Amino acid sequence: MTKTMPRDVAAYLAQFEDIPGTRVFTANRARQGYHLNQFAMSLMKAENRERFLADEDAYLSEWKMSEEAKKAVRARDYNAMIDCGGNIYFLAKLFSTDKQSFQDAAGSMTGMTRDEYAAMMIAGGRSVEGVRSKKDALAAVAAIAEKESK
Amino acid sequence: MARITHGLTTSHIPAIGAMIDQGRTTDDYWKPIFAGFDWTKEYMEDHKPDVVILVYNDHASAFDMKVIPTFAIGCADEFQPADEGWGPRPVPTVQGHSDLAWHIAQSCILDEFDMTIINEMDVDHGLTVPLNVILGNRDNSTPSQWPARVIPVAVNVVTYPPPSGNRCWMLGEAIARAVESYPEDLNVHIWGTGGMSHQLQGPRAGLINKEWDQRFLNDLTRDPERLRHLEHIEYLRETGSEGIEMVMWLIMRGALGENVTELHRHYHVPCSNTALGHIVLKKEEPEFEPAE
Repeated sequence: MTKTMPRDVAAYLAQFEDIPGTRVFTANRARQGYHLNQFAMSLMKAENRERFLADEDAYLSEWKMSEEAKKAVRARDYNAMIDCGGNIYFLAKLFSTDKQSFQDAAGSMTGMTRDEYAAMMIAGGRSVEGVRSKKDALAAVAAIAEKESK
Repeated sequence: MARITHGLTTSHIPAIGAMIDQGRTTDDYWKPIFAGFDWTKEYMEDHKPDVVILVYNDHASAFDMKVIPTFAIGCADEFQPADEGWGPRPVPTVQGHSDLAWHIAQSCILDEFDMTIINEMDVDHGLTVPLNVILGNRDNSTPSQWPARVIPVAVNVVTYPPPSGNRCWMLGEAIARAVESYPEDLNVHIWGTGGMSHQLQGPRAGLINKEWDQRFLNDLTRDPERLRHLEHIEYLRETGSEGIEMVMWLIMRGALGENVTELHRHYHVPCSNTALGHIVLKKEEPEFEPAE
């Protein structure tokens, strides 16, 4: 049999920790975010969207979500929602309910303004150089620091 | 006998569907994105498939966190466009091919691919956007009905681990064997959708890797064996967290067999958050049939 990837779960998952600015939707995140994601999923129905927008707190109280996750939803803080186990394809139902585009939602997680993010995409997107791995990024920072100290 | 004649790939970016639905396909930003599909639309008029096996991923539309099938095949007579949070897209109901779909499901299971059989599901932009850009009207509007039947094959690329590229390739081979053993004379296409480089989440959102994408497109014909053995970590690192969708292209490529010709290619950055990639491949018959 061709070996194409680690077959060991721990070895497979450990690889993902080295990617900067990225949270892979692993089993742990899927378990942690179950109710948050199912809440987002419920917004696929027009009547639920209306009810949610009319009274967010009341709607959220119907879901077994952590207070932290509810707070992240109310703030529309997508990075915080992902930290609570949210997955972007589920959370897409939330920003669609807000009539927000995928580009604006994705951009909101980068610390850039809407216009800055849009301009970066027009210019060809974010370069992979320096953001392949945390180890690379640390080395790059160290190289800059060394250069500046000279 | 049914036969797979073509394989193609395309990104399935939801904003493309939104622009079609809003009639904005000639806006400056969108014009070159749609123009790259003109060749394909024209070609399809003369090479119309009877059935499209459309490999895509459901974006939390038909499947929620309750059930996560790795490989699922849509065996229904028809599939409705899903409401993804802004109302269903105004596109025709997708007509399935229940008999061929069940045949493929049975054949794959006997071939040791344990498919999940779906008799009822709505289909989201992952499936309807490719139908628009390949089989839509030349003016990019949506036809009153889709000109081909569609067998949806939904792959989990959301919850980790998704299937390996090698496993996807092997499923493609099993699907090809299934199609070849179906008695009716049908022209079948297999489409792999999603990709190319894109990351939709976190501080690294907006990642695009043109060099990597171009090499992937090149190697669909030059060195498909290399692609088959790429690890998940490479897709994640090099092409962003959502670039993993490209494993679905390998189901298409595995189904085409060894000899293919590239007919057309379209690559454009950006399309919303994404590098759009589209390639049309024609299956070539082996020059010498092996002796029985």
